[in-house]
Amino acid sequence: MRNRGVHFHISRRNDISWRKAWGIRCAVMALAFLLCGLITMAATGLNPIKVYAAMIDGNFGTSRRFWMLLQNMAVLLSISLALVPAFRMRFWNLGGDGQALMGALGAAACMILIGDKVPSFVLILIMAVASIVCGMVWAAIPAWFKAKFGTNETLFTLMMNYVAIQLVAFFVIVWEMPKGSGKIGIINQSTQAGWFPQIGGNKYLLNILIALLITVGVYIYMRYSKQGYELAVVGESGSTARYVGIKIQHVIIRTMMLSGALCGITGLLLVGGTDHTLTTTIVSGRGFTGVMVAWLAKFNPFVMILTTFLLVFLKGGSSEITTIFGLNQSFGDIITGVLLFFILGCDFFLNYTISMSKSGKEAA
Amino acid sequence: MAADIPVLRLEHITKRFGDVVANDDISLDVRQGEILALLGENGSGKTTLMNMISGIYYPDEGTIFAKGKQVEIASPRDAFALGIGMIYQHFKLVDVLTAAENIVLGLDDGRKLDLKKSARHIKEICLKYGFDIDPEKKIYDMSVSEKQTVEIVKVLYRGADLLILDEPTAVLTPQETDRLFNVLRNMKSDGKSVIIITHKLQEVLSISDRVAILRKGRYICDMDTKSANAQELTDAMVGRSVKLNIERPVPVNPKRRIVVKDLTVQGEEGVEKLKGVSFELRSGEILGVAGIAGNGQRELLEAIAGLQPVHSGEIKYVEDDGSEEELVGKDPLKIMEMGVSLAFVPEDRLGMGLVANMDLTDNMMLRSFRSGKSVFADRKQPHNLAEDVVDKLEVNTPSVSTIVRKLSGGNVQKVLVGREIAMAPTVLLTAYAVRGLDINSSYTIYDLINRQKKAGVAILYVGEDLDVLLELCDRILVLCGGQVSGIVDGRTTSKQEVGTLMTNLGGGIYAK
Repeated sequence: MRNRGVHFHISRRNDISWRKAWGIRCAVMALAFLLCGLITMAATGLNPIKVYAAMIDGNFGTSRRFWMLLQNMAVLLSISLALVPAFRMRFWNLGGDGQALMGALGAAACMILIGDKVPSFVLILIMAVASIVCGMVWAAIPAWFKAKFGTNETLFTLMMNYVAIQLVAFFVIVWEMPKGSGKIGIINQSTQAGWFPQIGGNKYLLNILIALLITVGVYIYMRYSKQGYELAVVGESGSTARYVGIKIQHVIIRTMMLSGALCGITGLLLVGGTDHTLTTTIVSGRGFTGVMVAWLAKFNPFVMILTTFLLVFLKGGSSEITTIFGLNQSFGDIITGVLLFFILGCDFFLNYTISMSKSGKEAA
Repeated sequence: MAADIPVLRLEHITKRFGDVVANDDISLDVRQGEILALLGENGSGKTTLMNMISGIYYPDEGTIFAKGKQVEIASPRDAFALGIGMIYQHFKLVDVLTAAENIVLGLDDGRKLDLKKSARHIKEICLKYGFDIDPEKKIYDMSVSEKQTVEIVKVLYRGADLLILDEPTAVLTPQETDRLFNVLRNMKSDGKSVIIITHKLQEVLSISDRVAILRKGRYICDMDTKSANAQELTDAMVGRSVKLNIERPVPVNPKRRIVVKDLTVQGEEGVEKLKGVSFELRSGEILGVAGIAGNGQRELLEAIAGLQPVHSGEIKYVEDDGSEEELVGKDPLKIMEMGVSLAFVPEDRLGMGLVANMDLTDNMMLRSFRSGKSVFADRKQPHNLAEDVVDKLEVNTPSVSTIVRKLSGGNVQKVLVGREIAMAPTVLLTAYAVRGLDINSSYTIYDLINRQKKAGVAILYVGEDLDVLLELCDRILVLCGGQVSGIVDGRTTSKQEVGTLMTNLGGGIYAK
């Protein structure tokens, strides 16, 4: 028997007041920044306040940087939102990257093949349809196999990513420009056909508006629609779903088609809105970062705006400090890692409380 | 007697969860070599109390003495060191490991793992107390009763001499229960102490030496089982006098409602789960279904509800005007809309019919969310329904937006049954509706079912407790090996007759 006199007990909190929860969050963030500061000083000898200032400057310093921040957020947010319906159904769609890449392929194909044949406005509509369909198909394939044969969706969607990459690699060679360069380059540079229009002189505003629209849409869909309710039931308890007459296979395929369609739109934003080209790395792992965004926010679309901001901010900030202070690339990753660790740890303190009790004699 | 010093003594134990006082100033002794039954309604704090003894929770106030010495039980490890072992309602076993591996799992005595030696030791324990398990068998191949046996052996293997069993019989058939009780008696004669939590008064009276009663987190009293009777125990537990007989009104104007003819259902790999089952279910009557668990009860209900593919035979739904409609091959939704409602309470209580992580309102919606053309779900009516069910069935919940997982078992079942009844069905199929419920809640459910009967609903009631079936049902259909072994009149039959039919097809001499 241990008898140390004092015992710590971890117990689950039943309820936590709004104020206390935010208090804990702020305290944890303060601690995280303090620790990062100490690490910065110890490892680089730099003034941590300057480093933090550089991180902020890297994201907010100029209006261009700020728009870049918003633009990156829009893309990451839209792909993260795409995962929400699938994840709520406990369908672990790790194929966001591939589905978005297929969407990008669809959009790019339209720009290249019919870019000069129809007005830009019509072209953009066709591109939207093409990318949605491509993403949808790419998501529906693993969903169909899951529904019919119970295949493992994690592996299947993951492998579909590689198939998508190969497919895009093939078309990059088919459409390479100039010939022999091995890449497509900027599509329709002269005509700008299929490029998203600028709104009020802001290149990325349309992307941002679309992402916000999807946020509201996914929120309403998940919270108020019958389909959103149905897929949550399927995710929580398959046997209950069957028992009340929900057609599970149908719901799986339908939900994944939605997830894939939204991923396809992300591909559209990348090709039509920002990059105006197609490469195999255009999505650059956002389908996976999106998993983190969605989980951190517990699948609440509006909280996801915050978590998206956090991840994009950290990424932009760490690349800024590596350039400004000539630090190793890994240093930014370390800071990001420490902060994420604290954010995840924060959950523990929100859900559990630690109490201390003296030895039995005194307590009695 | 060495029982002067209790094996375990609790003094003034209090435990709070937030504002809820789960245990309020409880003092209790456990003597050596006794079987102590802990009795209380759902949510009276029995499990919480036991969790503090086994190191899961830590009391806010109070002291625990083991064999006369004051102790601190801060973790399950501490409890094991004191010889206290708990067998939980939900088994904590690793499915892909064998029984032996599960039993030694987590034990660290500093020696090298010797599974062979452990298996020998396990066999010794089994022999000593009359268990029957194969140490090499994987958990996923085991029945519920076998898993429970593994849990008990696990605890004994660790040298426990005080065993706590939390509702061990809720998942067992009567036969398995008898076997378990024999084992417990063997332990008792070996000098071990046992605390058993159960709702079934018959079991309390047959197995225990002493009964301790909790009500709403408080310790009420203890009695010697010998001098106690069911009525006394119930009254002490509920806090007022409860009528312990179930009413059975005579069916009014019964009409054929469901006619099943030669129904055959095949399970996986063509095994026949139901074979040539024929019977009639009439309006305004309760048709009981008796049988040892797994003899086709589930398949029968699911086949009628359209959830189970039918191999051959027919199931006719008879309208009031006498017109018949075939249910076989119909969509479950269609069957539901025709007024056939299924309330199946599975072994884990939540797996079928309710969504544990959703609140009451959303669970009420499960049946009705499709109604209307809108793409949006209407939550107003389910919300009202939830409030209505909470109100009428006295569901103990903070609010209708509490997730169902947080409710105690009895309340969960009230929600399920309440929802099914609110559908105003013409046929109500229920299975194990009172599984794991305390007396008071059970009687509420019987009352609900009887009210439906009086309203002319045809009720198919699958139950485990023969005493209840004999009191509640107008007729009893006995299943044996997926076949109808007999249909008897509930008013004139005897427990022996039904019991014989359950084990011998047609009550004859040959089994199955």
